[in-house]
Amino acid sequence: MKLATKDLLRLATVGSVDDGKSTLIGRLLVDTRQLFDDQLDAVQAASERRGVGDLDLSFVTDGLRAEREQGITIDVAYRYASTPTRKFIIADCPGHVQYTRNMATGASTADVALVVLNVAHGLKEQTRRHLCIAALLGVRTIIVAVNKMDEVHWSESAYVGVVDEVTTLAHDLGFESVTTIPVSALWGENVVERSSHLDWYDGPTVLQALEACQAGSWTHTRSGARLPVQWVLRQNGGGRTYAGMLNGAPLHEGDVVTLLPANVETTISSITSGSGARTAATAGLSIDVGLAHETDAGRGDLLATAPLPQVTKEFTATVCWFGEQPWRANQRLRLKHTTKVTPVRLRELTGVVDIETLSVRSSDELATNDIGLATLQTADWIAVDDYRDNRVTGSFVIIDEATNATVAAGMVGRASFL
Amino acid sequence: MTDHLDLLESHAIFILREVVAECERPVLLFSGGKDSAVLLHLAAKAFAPQSLPFPVLHIDTGQNFPEVIEFRDDAVERHGARLLVASVQDSIDQGKVADPGPMGPRNRLQTVTLLDAITEHGFDAAFGGARRDEDKARAKERILSFRDAFGQWDPRQQRPELWQLYQGKVNAGEHLRAFPLSDWTELDIWQYIEREEMALPRIYFAHERDVVRRDGMYLAVGPHVTPRADETVERLVVRFRTVGDANLTGAVLSDASTLAAIVDEISRANVSERGATRGDDKFSETAMEDRKREGYF
Ligand SMILES: Nc1nc2c(ncn2[C@@H]2O[C@H](COP(=O)(O)OP(=O)(O)OP(=O)(O)O)[C@@H](O)[C@H]2O)c(=O)[nH]1
Ligand SMILES: [Mg+2]
Repeated sequence: MKLATKDLLRLATVGSVDDGKSTLIGRLLVDTRQLFDDQLDAVQAASERRGVGDLDLSFVTDGLRAEREQGITIDVAYRYASTPTRKFIIADCPGHVQYTRNMATGASTADVALVVLNVAHGLKEQTRRHLCIAALLGVRTIIVAVNKMDEVHWSESAYVGVVDEVTTLAHDLGFESVTTIPVSALWGENVVERSSHLDWYDGPTVLQALEACQAGSWTHTRSGARLPVQWVLRQNGGGRTYAGMLNGAPLHEGDVVTLLPANVETTISSITSGSGARTAATAGLSIDVGLAHETDAGRGDLLATAPLPQVTKEFTATVCWFGEQPWRANQRLRLKHTTKVTPVRLRELTGVVDIETLSVRSSDELATNDIGLATLQTADWIAVDDYRDNRVTGSFVIIDEATNATVAAGMVGRASFL
Repeated sequence: MTDHLDLLESHAIFILREVVAECERPVLLFSGGKDSAVLLHLAAKAFAPQSLPFPVLHIDTGQNFPEVIEFRDDAVERHGARLLVASVQDSIDQGKVADPGPMGPRNRLQTVTLLDAITEHGFDAAFGGARRDEDKARAKERILSFRDAFGQWDPRQQRPELWQLYQGKVNAGEHLRAFPLSDWTELDIWQYIEREEMALPRIYFAHERDVVRRDGMYLAVGPHVTPRADETVERLVVRFRTVGDANLTGAVLSDASTLAAIVDEISRANVSERGATRGDDKFSETAMEDRKREGYF
């Protein structure tokens, strides 16, 4: 039997601690029978042993010893689910503010954010922070599960109050598609099974909303083709090809490309992927290309088609700071952008985002979990696009030179809601 | 059209190239099982037509299925790879680990052998075929997973890993584990093997074998498993869903003798691959996490 080909949807849970993200994912996987019998048995046995009832659904993803002891998620768990036409990669993220860096890790590749909030608490600061980060990361579609409806006796007015708050914020942050659903993750209402307690609601269940989402949105782009050179392959008989993962617009044999930052024009003479030679390639494929002219292209260079990125040593960026020590003007660190690593310093900090008002207030340092608007200066030329035009050439991480820890993630340009 | 297998393949190739570019001395851990076979296949694609820019390391517990060793040698030769073997027996002989006896479990001892080999060769990155769907601790691990100078994994202090910006720098003595197959499921692996018409050890396909029932698993009778007085030997049609040590890895009842039949079987399975076949995960609730913290694969 040949199974049908599937598309790939990446989903991340976001929202404040204890609002029920892990429980909701556990519920979704159990009710769609995506868990194997032995995995379900193991969750059941662990729940009993720890005295948290017959089946603590959060244990489906909270797999670390410390997580089960403390009843919170510490780091992202990846889970996989499948329908006949779609593969889901689910990142269950932690809500605790201390682990915001891990939430950003999980959400950075998401097509869709599943926002979970507690109907009785409404929109907490941490939920606002997560929504803000999801918006910065370029998530366009959110499904908002207004959870713990059982605790407010399934009250429509409680639901409507929270929905009003969330939709206002979602609108301010510029999300394109917002679906709100009243649910009880604990009781399995409106997750996979439709709820009998919520007969005033006739929208989709969480599963239906997920099935309706569009896959592959992270490849959405307004840029030309971008091929950051990872590695140079020596071909038998002498020539060279340039390997990397394509993103942005499709690339075709015969396309005119510009090698950056050198600014040399040439033509694509061949394209090869894992399945062999081809005449064209689309975003997300690892390819290697031959060039019509001799060049000295190497790792860290970019092959691009028009419209071309900006080649610069100084640019504006929105920076999520995860480091334990603050970053101040002129302090030097290392930046990784596509396949290039270069020294970087904080040239000027415009300010940091006030999560409550979404305004930028002035500050002289970036402290842990701050979202800052800054001008950065690099030692070497880099070819950048605005993050909203291209997620690959528009993103970077900042690395501590002594420990090699990743201390920040950044997006080129100023987010539209700031 | 690019389907999910193309995207998984591309992502894995990207990771392989990125680690090789950023690290000084990578190595690929190769057990001869299906996941490491896929990993080696992808590595060959990532660097074709050049030969592999790193050696292949087998941690040999001495409790292997002979079919797997045969496959290992074939695969290494086919890909023109350089094979290194680090043996648990040597670690035992050197007194670095306690001898569990000829039939005793050696799975956990591998960690010492592995870390010693990494130190001895000065490797700063080790590719592994682990997948996040295999276990709840693996589900938590980064694609590039940092190990301190003692080889330890600290699940509370993982590096942020955003987008596909993998960052592979480590200080001397530290190393990375890199998992290009992180987002693949068991079914993806089999669909890919079928699509690529890859060779595998014969024990993955249905065959007749003498087995005994022990700890809820069918163990293959052979040099590493002798029937105990209360056990009866049965001849059954079985196959293996994973290959590990012969005395810890159970066979499953199956008549799937082709890749197509295996894909079909896995797509309908209701027990996970580790639940069905692995004795080494059954010791405690967090067996895998505990072993990983020490530096296990
Ligand atoms: N009454 C009620 N309780 C719920 C519901 N969903 C989750 N809970 C409970 O809320 C608590 C927290 O649930 P989790 O799923 O661990 O929350 P989380 O959002 O994953 O938390 P972090 O990952 O630590 O941010 C647990 O005790 C759950 O049983 C619900 O629908 N109703
Ligand atoms: Mg959680």
